[in-house]
Amino acid sequence: MADTLAVGRGIPRLEAPAKLTGRAVYVDDIRRPGMLHAALLLAPHAHARIVSVDVSAALALPGVRCVLTGDDLPHRFGAFVKDETVLARGTVRYFGEPVAAVAADDLATARAAVDLIVATYEDRPSVMDPDAALAPGAPVLHADFATYERRRASPLPPNVCAETTIAEGDAEAAFAGCDVVVEGVFETQPQVHCYLEPCGAVAEVDDRGRVTIWSPCQSVFRVQATVAEALDLPMSRVRAIATMVGGAFGGKSDVTVQPAAALLAMRTGRPVKLVLSRNDDFLSMRTRHPARVRVRTGAMRDGTLVARTVDLTLDGGAYAEDSGAVLGFALLMARGPYRIPHVRCVGRAVYTNRLRAAGFRGYGNPQVTFAGEAQIDDIAARLGLDPVEIRLRNAMRTGDRWVGGQELASCGLTECLEAVRDAARAVRRPPPAPGRRRGTGFSAIAHICGILSTSAVLKVLEDGTLTLNTGAVDLGEGSDTVLAQICAEALQVPVDRVNFAVPDTDGSPYNWSTGGSRVTYMVGRAVTAAAADVREKLFAHAADMMECAAIDLELRPGGKVGIAGVPGREVGFRAISMRAHWAVGGPVIGTASVMFEGGFDPKRTEMTGDGIGRLGTYVFGAQAAEVEVDEATGEVRVLEVWSAHDVGRAINPLAVAGQIQGGVAQGLGYALMEDLVYDGERPANPSLADYKVPGAPDLPPIRPIIVEHPEPTGPFGAKGIGEPPVIGVAPAVRNAIAAATGVRLAVLPMTPERVLDALSAQEERSDDGTGD
Amino acid sequence: MKFTLTVNGRNHDVDVEPETPLLWVLRDTIGLTGTKYGCGIAQCGACTVHVDGQAAKACNINAASVVGRKITTIEGLSNDRSHPVQKAWIEHTVPQCGYCQSGQIMAASALLARTPNPSDRQIDEAMADNLCRCGTYTQIREAVHAAVKIGQS
Repeated sequence: MADTLAVGRGIPRLEAPAKLTGRAVYVDDIRRPGMLHAALLLAPHAHARIVSVDVSAALALPGVRCVLTGDDLPHRFGAFVKDETVLARGTVRYFGEPVAAVAADDLATARAAVDLIVATYEDRPSVMDPDAALAPGAPVLHADFATYERRRASPLPPNVCAETTIAEGDAEAAFAGCDVVVEGVFETQPQVHCYLEPCGAVAEVDDRGRVTIWSPCQSVFRVQATVAEALDLPMSRVRAIATMVGGAFGGKSDVTVQPAAALLAMRTGRPVKLVLSRNDDFLSMRTRHPARVRVRTGAMRDGTLVARTVDLTLDGGAYAEDSGAVLGFALLMARGPYRIPHVRCVGRAVYTNRLRAAGFRGYGNPQVTFAGEAQIDDIAARLGLDPVEIRLRNAMRTGDRWVGGQELASCGLTECLEAVRDAARAVRRPPPAPGRRRGTGFSAIAHICGILSTSAVLKVLEDGTLTLNTGAVDLGEGSDTVLAQICAEALQVPVDRVNFAVPDTDGSPYNWSTGGSRVTYMVGRAVTAAAADVREKLFAHAADMMECAAIDLELRPGGKVGIAGVPGREVGFRAISMRAHWAVGGPVIGTASVMFEGGFDPKRTEMTGDGIGRLGTYVFGAQAAEVEVDEATGEVRVLEVWSAHDVGRAINPLAVAGQIQGGVAQGLGYALMEDLVYDGERPANPSLADYKVPGAPDLPPIRPIIVEHPEPTGPFGAKGIGEPPVIGVAPAVRNAIAAATGVRLAVLPMTPERVLDALSAQEERSDDGTGD
Repeated sequence: MKFTLTVNGRNHDVDVEPETPLLWVLRDTIGLTGTKYGCGIAQCGACTVHVDGQAAKACNINAASVVGRKITTIEGLSNDRSHPVQKAWIEHTVPQCGYCQSGQIMAASALLARTPNPSDRQIDEAMADNLCRCGTYTQIREAVHAAVKIGQS
């Protein structure tokens, strides 16, 4: 590979020093003059009519400045279905739904005032899972659903907020010709984002009545748009600024507490800070969609996959949020990364009286990949084939078409599968202790990077250094650094000459969101295009200055423009920029806007409902896990995980490795331990004491393997890596448990109790002589 | 109640309810916001500080109970990022979102003070209660080993 200045180098994060000294400013670290503190009253019912909310005692408490209830915020918002208000109005639909908000001189007073609010409710029957919600005569969560504004306004059954079908070929007919057809039903749980920093916001109103909101978020533009919608303000009166983000993972994609903080600030005329306690964050924020996935896959004796059908039910919780998109994306990915010609995937997202479900690293893909990849192993077992061989036999390759017809311009899946197979099989360990059984499992994964629009503005400052402004929020994955590297490479300057601007709706150009593993790929494309714009403008000046043709010019490392083939003839960015600022033409500013163009081939693919066509560029990976199962306790100990990903090109290999290790850690939590359990109508474990996320002792060595098949459309060949590492971990662990014990689990998380139950059932079957 | 706390080598006179957790006195009263709130029940480690050199969770300590003890926060670990743990953290590009890292660094530096050359297992055990949702544990282990070397050089 040619020498590079910045791309491909594992340089430390731009912001690392601030994060090692306590100086990085997160939202709860902000103090404004005269700032008030806010707290929320959460509903103690999963489904109830609000009879009354008496705030008089709260308002009478000294130090209380404002109390809001649902009537203060009547405007409904939502990306797909406008079904949600900032505070419950008339009805509460989940345990923990915010009912009132208080601003006071200090937090203790705000919380004391919350306790003085007298809310009375009339309990309603609740529906706590999709089966109950879809049963005939079930209580309906949104009685006015038909009147809600929706992105797609076709009729839906009661308690259904989205429905989608994606199909190619004729799966039902194809099953008849298969040598083997395997069917299974898989269930996954609500996983909580559990970013270490609870959600929060600081809002302040200026003399013109404009509200500024600082918050940890995935998109300042979505905060601006949603706050404007919820408060019925023109967007020009809302300014959103990103603070340092203490983890998000999808949980800070939509607004969290920003609208309430904004209205409290507007009503009081004072800055207001609203930061959730961990308990309130657990109760009122979001989870990954629980899913039930029925999968049927047909294959020939040699392992060639022929047909697959998927029936997916997502529990969307009380509000639709991103459920329509999560559903559509899950179904788009449900075929798996295989050449299966006949596929029919149908699904629905269902309202229940649970916490709203939302995008969470993987966006519906971990659920369907758990089911699909478990089933590939079941087929391999049935046919007596090696689990990696069956995947390699069917793996998609460059030039193949995804469901919908999009051609794969780059696909390193085969190499990823071979890499994890070789790495896992090279390990030699002493035999397990008696009573412990060991096995290795595999999974193949695909995902996308891309989605919608983004833009970049690149300014050349008077001294020739650069300010890059993209509006993209770095959630901790290192995108500020990666984008600065891309910019530095494109203009051949050291990374430390690129200043990365803080995302601010006042000054930053639009960026849809940090989500969909898109920033390196999409924003990177905008950055390279803006850099090309800058280069062209610099060259025009340089051609004038050196009296030559622009076509004869080249960039030289260190921020210079020279005449190709004439080593001594060059001018620096500084000289050019001084000329531009003070003499000729005006400041050099490069801009670019990009959109990932949507669409699919309707002749090839049937897509109805909340369908999603061409979302982004496809990315591929493979994962392997070796586990040891304790037969006496059912405990699964993961010994090692290998995770290979085709990232096109690693702009910053250290950051890529960090994404892989972190994604695998969250995947192991999903596979083995994390579950927001409901005790009737309320979450039973809404605390970090009872909801366990993986800590250091829970994690095995995680081995990232970076595969690079450059993507022609990506910046310097790069694709995304944010979400993929979480996706195939649960099925790899499940398949490893099967390899170790023969037990083929279908429900997450795979707790010791579930493993032990399955081992006991297996023993009973073999005692009966009915086992296989 | 009025009392004096010794934080990062300086005495701070504070006037708070005696059962106020040290975390909030550090953050709200003294203004040292490098120590973070994550759970308030000593389960996540984001608020880890040193009390007389030992790692302790500031959310779970009554401020009045540490009068006369030597409290060190991330701001007091070094004034120029020169502590071996901070140097190693940069070299190994440990932080992702960074929210837990003040606590991780304080836990790691307390560990190294009493166990100068810890094994992976000793690191994991000593830091078992310092959660990192970004999953930087591999980098943390590597960086702790690197800090040992930096400290010896």
